[in-house]
Amino acid sequence: MTIAVVQSNPTPAILPGSGGLRGALSDLFWRRPKFLLLLMLLPPVLWLGIVYIGSLFALLAQSFFSIDEFSGLINREFTLKTYGDLFQAANLDIILRTVTMAALVTLASAVIAFPIAYYAARYARGRWKALFYLGVMLPLWSSYLVKIYAWKLILAKEGILTWLLAKLNLLWLLEGWLSLPIVGGNSLSVSFTGTFIVFVYVWLPFMILPVQAALERVPGNLVEASSDLGASPGQTFRNVLFPLALPGIVAGSIFTFSLTLGDYIIPQIIGTSRLFIGQAVYSQQGTAGNIPLAAAFTVVPIVIMGFYLWGAKRMGAFDAL
Amino acid sequence: MTSAVSFKKVSRHFGSVRAVDAVDLEIAAGEFFAMLGPSGSGKTTCLRLIAGFEQPTAGSISIFGERAEGVPPYRRNVNTVFQDYALFPHLNVLDNVAYGLMVKGVGKAERLKAAEEALSLVRLPGYGTRRPGQLSGGQRQRVALARALVNQPKVLLLDEPLGALDLKLRENMQEELKSLQKVLGITFVFVTHDQGEALSMADRVAVFNDGRIMQVGTPEDIYQRPNTRFVADFVGSSNVLPPDFVQRYSGQHRWGSLRPESIRVSNATSGDGVAARLVGTNYLGATTRLALDADGLRLHAVVPAGTSLPAEGEAVMLTFNRDSLHLMDEPA
Repeated sequence: MTIAVVQSNPTPAILPGSGGLRGALSDLFWRRPKFLLLLMLLPPVLWLGIVYIGSLFALLAQSFFSIDEFSGLINREFTLKTYGDLFQAANLDIILRTVTMAALVTLASAVIAFPIAYYAARYARGRWKALFYLGVMLPLWSSYLVKIYAWKLILAKEGILTWLLAKLNLLWLLEGWLSLPIVGGNSLSVSFTGTFIVFVYVWLPFMILPVQAALERVPGNLVEASSDLGASPGQTFRNVLFPLALPGIVAGSIFTFSLTLGDYIIPQIIGTSRLFIGQAVYSQQGTAGNIPLAAAFTVVPIVIMGFYLWGAKRMGAFDAL
Repeated sequence: MTSAVSFKKVSRHFGSVRAVDAVDLEIAAGEFFAMLGPSGSGKTTCLRLIAGFEQPTAGSISIFGERAEGVPPYRRNVNTVFQDYALFPHLNVLDNVAYGLMVKGVGKAERLKAAEEALSLVRLPGYGTRRPGQLSGGQRQRVALARALVNQPKVLLLDEPLGALDLKLRENMQEELKSLQKVLGITFVFVTHDQGEALSMADRVAVFNDGRIMQVGTPEDIYQRPNTRFVADFVGSSNVLPPDFVQRYSGQHRWGSLRPESIRVSNATSGDGVAARLVGTNYLGATTRLALDADGLRLHAVVPAGTSLPAEGEAVMLTFNRDSLHLMDEPA
C-alpha cells in the first residue's frame, strides 16, 4: 500500500551539498542574503554614485565660478555672480519661455494621453493590447532626428498640412492662427505652435505609459461602486478615476516636463530663433565658452522639478500610491 | 402590494453563454431574499441586473413597480455591498461612507454627520479618519455596508459579502445582518454559494443552476422538500435516491431525497432496514458524517457526536422514518 512505498523510499531526508565552488556559494548566499544583495548592487551604485551623480555635481560646482569678461578665463573662486546673470532680462525671458512651453506640453500630453491610456487599460485585450503597445512604442524606436525633420516637412509652408487644409478650404483657419502674436509666424515650422506640436508628439508615449499603468491598477469595481452610489460618469471621473490616475499623470509629467525643459534640438530645428534653456546651455558651453553660466542654466530645471514634485506631494498626488 | 424586484422572462446572454436564461422572480418589499447557487449559476448576474451593471438581453425588470431596463446604476435607488468591498483607497473611511451623499450634493457637515451615524450603526464609531488599507477584512465589510446603507436604498444588494471572512466572524456578521435588516426594514437581496448562510439568514431562497431558478421557497421548503435532484444535492448534500430504490419504500417510481440526519445506523446484521457497509467516517465536532455503501448506492448519514460507531468496513443496518423520505417532482 501507499505507506509501504514511502517507507521503502531510499532517498535520504536531507540531500548532500552539491559540492564545489558553486555549491558553497549557493549555500553562502542562502545563509547571508544581504551579501548577495550587496554584490548585485555594488556596480550600479558605483556607476550611479560616482560617474553619474558625481559628474553632475562637478558641473553644478562650476555654476559657483565666474568668467573673466576680458580674458574669457574661468575664475575658480566661489561667487553667486553667475546666478545673478540668470536674472538678466534676456536670460529670464529664456527661462520663462521654456517653463511655459514645458507646462503647456505637459498639459496637452496629459489631456491626449488619458483617453488612450484609459482605453488600453480598461478595454483593450489580447491583440488590441499588443497593437496599443506597438503603436505607443514604435515612434520611440525610430530616430529622434528623423522624426523631427519629418515634422519640419509636414509643418512647412509647402508641406502636407498646408496642402491638406487648402483642399479642405480651411486655409483661413491656419492663416488666422499664424497671424496671432507669439504663437504665430511665417509658417507652422517656424512658429512656437510648431515647436509645441512636435514636443507633444515626441514626449506623448512617456505620458501614456505611466497613466496606463496607473489606470491598470484601479480595480474595475471601484468605477462600478461609484456609479452604484449615484455618481454620474463625470463625477466618477473627478472623484475616483482622476485621483487614482494622478500618480501616473505626475510620473508622466515628470518626463514630459523635464524633457521639454532640457531639450535643445527640437526648438533649434522647428520654431523661432528665440532660445530655450537647452539651447542656452548648449551655446554657453560651446561657442560662448561660458561654462559657469551654462552650469547655472542647468540648475534651473533641477530646481523647478524639485518645486514641482514638492507641490505635487503637497497636493496629495502620491496619496493613492 | 408591488414587489420590490420583479423579473419577467429576464435573460442575459453573453454570446452563446446563457448567464441568466428566462428567469421569473418576485422579491417582496422588506424581505430578506437569498440567491443561492454554485459559481457560474447566474446568481451574481441577476444581482448585477438589479444594480444596473448589466442590461437584460430579453425580458423586463421592474424595481418597486418602475421599469429598470436602460436605467443606469446611478439613477437607481439601489445600493450594492461588493464581494471584495470596493472601498475607495484614496479616501478615508468617513469620506468613503459619505461618498453617495457627496455626489448627490448633500452639504459637508450634514453628510459627515450621516456617515458617522452609519458607522455607529455597523459598530465602527470613531473609525472615520482611517484609510481602508488600515482596516481588517471584517471592518472593511462593515464600512462597505455603512457606505451602502447611508443612502437609504430601496433595495440593498449583497454580493457574497461574507465570503472573505473567517468562520467566527462570518457567523457574527450573519446575525448582525439579519437583525439590521429587521430594524431597517430594507429589502435585502443576498447572493451566496453557502447553503448554510442562505438557510440561516433568508426569509426566502432562490436556488440557481445554469442560469435558471430551480426552486424558490422558504428555507424549510428548500431544505425539507427539494423539487429536483440538483436542489436536494446542493442544499445540504441530501441523499438522492433513484426511483427503483424509492419504489420499495413508498410505492411510487419517483426520485427521492433523504436528509443524512434522518438515517439511523445500527450494528444489527438482520431485521428491517437497508443493509449497508460503513466505508468512511468524518469527524465534524458536534456530529460525525458517515459514508455508507448500500449495495452500490453511496449514502451519507450524520449522527450526533458520542454515538458509538461501528468500525470502517463493517456491515450495518440503516433505518429511517417513511415520512422523512421526500419524493421529488422531477420525472423519473
